[in-house]
Amino acid sequence: MTYDVVILGAGIVGCACARECASAGLRTAVIERDLPGGATTAAGMGHLVAMDDSPSQLALTRYSRSLWQELEAELPPSVEYEARGTLWIAADEQEMAEVSAKQAAYVEAKVASTALDGAQVAEAEPNLRRGLAGGLLVPEDAVIYPPAAAAFFLEEAERRGAVLLRGKSAVSAGRGRVRLEDGTEIGCASIVAATGADKALLPWLPIQRRKGHLVITDRYPGFAHHQIIELGYLKSASELEADSVAFNLQPRRTGQLLIGSSRQYGSNDAGVEQEILRRMLERACEYMPGLAQTVAIRAWTGFRAATRDKLPLIGPVPGPVIDPAGDDPTLYLVIGFEGLGITNAPGAARLLVDQLAGRTPAIPVEPYLPVRASLWEPAHA
Amino acid sequence: MHEEMALFVNGRRVAVPQGAMVSSAFLIAGDPCRISTGGEPRTAMCGMGTCFECRAVVDGMPHTRTCQLPCRPGMKVETAG
Repeated sequence: MTYDVVILGAGIVGCACARECASAGLRTAVIERDLPGGATTAAGMGHLVAMDDSPSQLALTRYSRSLWQELEAELPPSVEYEARGTLWIAADEQEMAEVSAKQAAYVEAKVASTALDGAQVAEAEPNLRRGLAGGLLVPEDAVIYPPAAAAFFLEEAERRGAVLLRGKSAVSAGRGRVRLEDGTEIGCASIVAATGADKALLPWLPIQRRKGHLVITDRYPGFAHHQIIELGYLKSASELEADSVAFNLQPRRTGQLLIGSSRQYGSNDAGVEQEILRRMLERACEYMPGLAQTVAIRAWTGFRAATRDKLPLIGPVPGPVIDPAGDDPTLYLVIGFEGLGITNAPGAARLLVDQLAGRTPAIPVEPYLPVRASLWEPAHA
Repeated sequence: MHEEMALFVNGRRVAVPQGAMVSSAFLIAGDPCRISTGGEPRTAMCGMGTCFECRAVVDGMPHTRTCQLPCRPGMKVETAG
């Protein structure tokens, strides 16, 4: 068997890459050991967000969000795309100063946003606690159900000739050859690692697993209208070592409420941890006291794949500094999205295939090239 | 022979043995506890308060796990939409 491209991993990123590869006329195979879209893709919230923690992050998330908007008409109802907008909440005057800075960054990047005062926030979301200083509404942000989006990308890829090889893990991948556990050898011009937070095959990947918890409630239609996030979320998300929680709530089309968020390093146990779950829910109830009267029906965890500089790795592997096996011109990475893999899947896939096919990308790819990882200290185990 | 009592499932009078759980009353009535977001009828599966499939409206209180709740005489329970 030979292909132009073999993609390792059928999460939303791998599936989006498969669709782009197949659309570009490349003979494409996707290898997935388990269920497509069943790991980090299935654990996340599905918030499509223009995120401004750095100019390069904003450039990629804005670009990807625009690709989602182009896709909207094609998405099946199961994807549950809803342009709910994000409401960033400022608790006090200090955080209101951050609203101004955030809005300036959005203006610079041509992302629409509206600053709200405390009364306007209360009107927009009556279940938030009284006395909040204000907020920033980003109306074009949206929510989706990520596993259905991954399935959509995969079906589109297969319709264009891509092949899914499911149920077997790759035991080695490099130098244009991928070997599966049953001994099958697959030759290809390019290998694309879209393995998310799973480092089993490529343990040298410069990513850290960052555990998160989510809770979903029973149906409470009309309880909330926007994806609502405390401005402190960016601070929580930028903590590099300590465990943290931040209020982040998403109303689903069903009326259910998805409640987050937590971030933990160093935990490889997928089990729900009561202590951080309690902190996360207490934080949520501080912002929305009525949540204490709702019934939660499930809690679960997932692992984000975090890089040192919070940006993903999209492109060729720069040789022995990060890959001990040495310079491998066939190996590409599309990993390390942390909490933005759902948002960034279509943009990252486009930027990858721009590189594979020698096309000019719509935004500069340099901030995302894996070569920068050669400057990082070795990642924690 | 269990002593019986009666409650109302979706407005219909249903006799159940003393000590029966509300989820059992739904089964006796032949009514689902709830309708899923996809429109499917659902009823108690695990019977031990874990799977949440048995949620229903009990005396006006939504989202109640009926497999953990003994029937009381005259109780009004409804399938959750």
